[in-house]
Amino acid sequence: MSRKVSEEEYQRTFSYKFSRWLEGDEIFPCDDTVDSKQEGIRKENVRRDEKLLRRRKEREKKNLVKRVYDLEHNTEIRIFRKIYRIFSVLFCVFLVAMLLTAVSALPDFGNAENPVNNEVAARYIEKGLQETGAVNIVTGMILDYRAFDTLGESHVLFIATCTVLILLRNDKRNEERSDRIHEPKNDVILQTVARILVPPVFIFGIYVILAGHLGPGGGFSGGAVIGAGLILYLNAFGFKKTEKFFTAKTYRRISFCALACYSIAKSYSFYTGANHIESVIPLGKPGAILSSGLILLLNICVGTVVAGTMYTFYVMFRKGDY
Amino acid sequence: MDFVCNFPFISIILSLFSGPLCSVLSGKWAKRINTVVIIMIGILSVFVLAYVGRTGEAFVYRMGHFPAPWGNEIRVGILEAFMACFFCVVMLLCMAAGGREREVQIHENKQNLYYVMVNLLLCSLLALIYTNDLFTAYVFVEINTISACGLIMIRQNGRTIEAATRYMIMSLLGSGLLLLGICFLYDLTGHLLMSNLKEQVHILVETGQYHIPLMVSVGLMSVGLAMKSALYPFHAWLPDAYGYSTLSSAAILSSLVSKGYIFLLIKIFYRVVGFEILTENKVANVLFVFGIVGMIMGSLNAIQEEHITRMIAYSSVAQIGYIYMGIGLATQEGMVASIYHVVSHAATKSLLFVAASGLAAASGGGTRYRDLVGSGYRNKLAGIAFTVGSLSMVGMPMFSGFISKLFFAQAAIGHTHKMLPTFIALAISTVLNAAYFMKMVICIYSPRYGRDEYAIQNLNLVPSKDIEEKRDIVSDKDVVLKEDSISKKVDMQQKNDMDKKVDTAKNVALLCFIILNFVLGLNSEPMIRLIQKGLSMFG
Repeated sequence: MSRKVSEEEYQRTFSYKFSRWLEGDEIFPCDDTVDSKQEGIRKENVRRDEKLLRRRKEREKKNLVKRVYDLEHNTEIRIFRKIYRIFSVLFCVFLVAMLLTAVSALPDFGNAENPVNNEVAARYIEKGLQETGAVNIVTGMILDYRAFDTLGESHVLFIATCTVLILLRNDKRNEERSDRIHEPKNDVILQTVARILVPPVFIFGIYVILAGHLGPGGGFSGGAVIGAGLILYLNAFGFKKTEKFFTAKTYRRISFCALACYSIAKSYSFYTGANHIESVIPLGKPGAILSSGLILLLNICVGTVVAGTMYTFYVMFRKGDY
Repeated sequence: MDFVCNFPFISIILSLFSGPLCSVLSGKWAKRINTVVIIMIGILSVFVLAYVGRTGEAFVYRMGHFPAPWGNEIRVGILEAFMACFFCVVMLLCMAAGGREREVQIHENKQNLYYVMVNLLLCSLLALIYTNDLFTAYVFVEINTISACGLIMIRQNGRTIEAATRYMIMSLLGSGLLLLGICFLYDLTGHLLMSNLKEQVHILVETGQYHIPLMVSVGLMSVGLAMKSALYPFHAWLPDAYGYSTLSSAAILSSLVSKGYIFLLIKIFYRVVGFEILTENKVANVLFVFGIVGMIMGSLNAIQEEHITRMIAYSSVAQIGYIYMGIGLATQEGMVASIYHVVSHAATKSLLFVAASGLAAASGGGTRYRDLVGSGYRNKLAGIAFTVGSLSMVGMPMFSGFISKLFFAQAAIGHTHKMLPTFIALAISTVLNAAYFMKMVICIYSPRYGRDEYAIQNLNLVPSKDIEEKRDIVSDKDVVLKEDSISKKVDMQQKNDMDKKVDTAKNVALLCFIILNFVLGLNSEPMIRLIQKGLSMFG
């Protein structure tokens, strides 16, 4: 536990000054576009208001906890709090001991005789290329052999985004709560770097997605790369520019199209597979970009969903009214 | 293969597809799509049920071009088809009953997201019911958890956010344990498909290899799923989550979400682990003990509760305790009784939530005991429905709750160690159930004394002339006040109008729920036979 320092004492320390400088409260010496003195006074006022507000919030929070749990009269919670620590330690020790015992009795790692090395894995390795047309066996496994699981998994991402939207989307278009009031930042260094970096990042992401069936990569990793590129672009150029091509509506439409595409494509293959109908989709020549049946298409769908999900998470968590 | 065999697959894909579809539509259209999808899946499930009933054996549906241990597959027996059908009916009724509340309590921009959640929840429930693969089950458990969390917090106030946080923590802990158990099992057997797993587990038991990890893995899976379905010591998230979320969420969560996990657990016991391990492994005893503790503690908590919705929520804890007590008996009869109770509780608990909201709406929105005094006269159908639900929960003959208690008792007869505890727990729990449910029923049917005037003013049910007179005395002084109160009155008028409009959808749903309850209570024989047949198809 760290020692608590009083406010004045803290203000004299180096770390306070440094953090103020970091937050941009201290006026930059070279920044002569704004009247620095007035700005300073204004910021001082804002800071004081904020401090008062924060204090009031803390007080309210304390009262809220008191009221909700009714600590004085709620014997159940009082007793619970007392025994909670002991029990949590005991429980953790028990769980750790049990899991360690179990793990130590598991089959040795890497032993060829292990039950995991059975006919299931053997067929994936031996016939994977021939049956799915994908050089990357893992891609062939998740998008062809066990495509139903992956279908569920991509919907997990989608529904997670929807839940974050429910939780964090501003209902009232409240300007104060939105993060946009700090924009435009016009950070020259960041913008220059972003100008250089963003196109290669996008291109690399697209490459990883498209080459998912040929080598390491695939929709999940490539989508994450593209999402990171989008986030970098947003940070450098702000919402106004990003929203010219990517808004919440775009995200929802794109992810609907991608997921619908996935569902329909896979429904076709599930249906034909279960009813023993020969699928008309050719596997192509292994190693070519247009090969391995539906896998390329599915990778693109998954990549789109993942990129959109990453970007949306970022926007929602930094309070960007989206 | 007959065309009907495609129906389970079609219903899963249909609900999965309609989730993202709802996100691009407006709230109104999303609602229509949701209703249509639930009805369609219900109808498809009826066909499947009829088909499986006719052929008398379960069928396996291959998801893709590769046979089972390599690809995914689903397996459909009579119990699975029945559950899918039943869940659709309950979900449809819950959604219909909560329509008006949703419009008020959920922000306009987020209406469509609600239906995204519901569609994907339905999809995950169907997948949990039909799956024949443990890892597929895990993937859809994830969807189920996240969508349930969304359903809780879409009505945004502090309570629901806190409840959703608690739910998330407990539920993720449960998911983690389940995943750990599945990993252990995979490491020991090299399979994820249930049929192959059972063979391998059988071999392992006979040779005595890897005894400890096998037991630990069974324990982890059972405890994980028990946590997710709110067995007693893990129930802390439940009262707030059910008590403060919007009506249809509360009804769906209490009647369907936890039941999906219980069904999966029973399926794992039958299709993966087998009874011989279950009886040797002490996990069944643990579930039994916690089930009994839950039956009693849940009821005790419910007695202390003042809010009607939270009281019903605590009663859910008790009922989940019943189900786990049945599972903990680790016999065929115990399982039958548990599954019957899953069905009966799903039908009754959603009925109670809907009725309680009807009663609260007729009492100016109050949910405390003292607000609800006499509300049975103000909203007669809701009063009757609440009484039916209460009697069923207490275990009166003619209602579904009686049958399940009877079967629990029958299942316990002859059990060497667990007979006496079961009987005692059933007796105590019945008395406790009666204590709080009958208190509520008496409360809603007792006329108001003394506090009438105050209460009625609150409700704005007083003839307007009366208020007008009173106001005339005051209003000469202050015109503004009068205008203000007139506008308030108009508001109230609108609200009352709205309350009157609510009745159609909700009343139809209530009627259906009451009928469902009577059907289950009076026609238990075919149900029990169906469950027994379904369980034998598991094997």
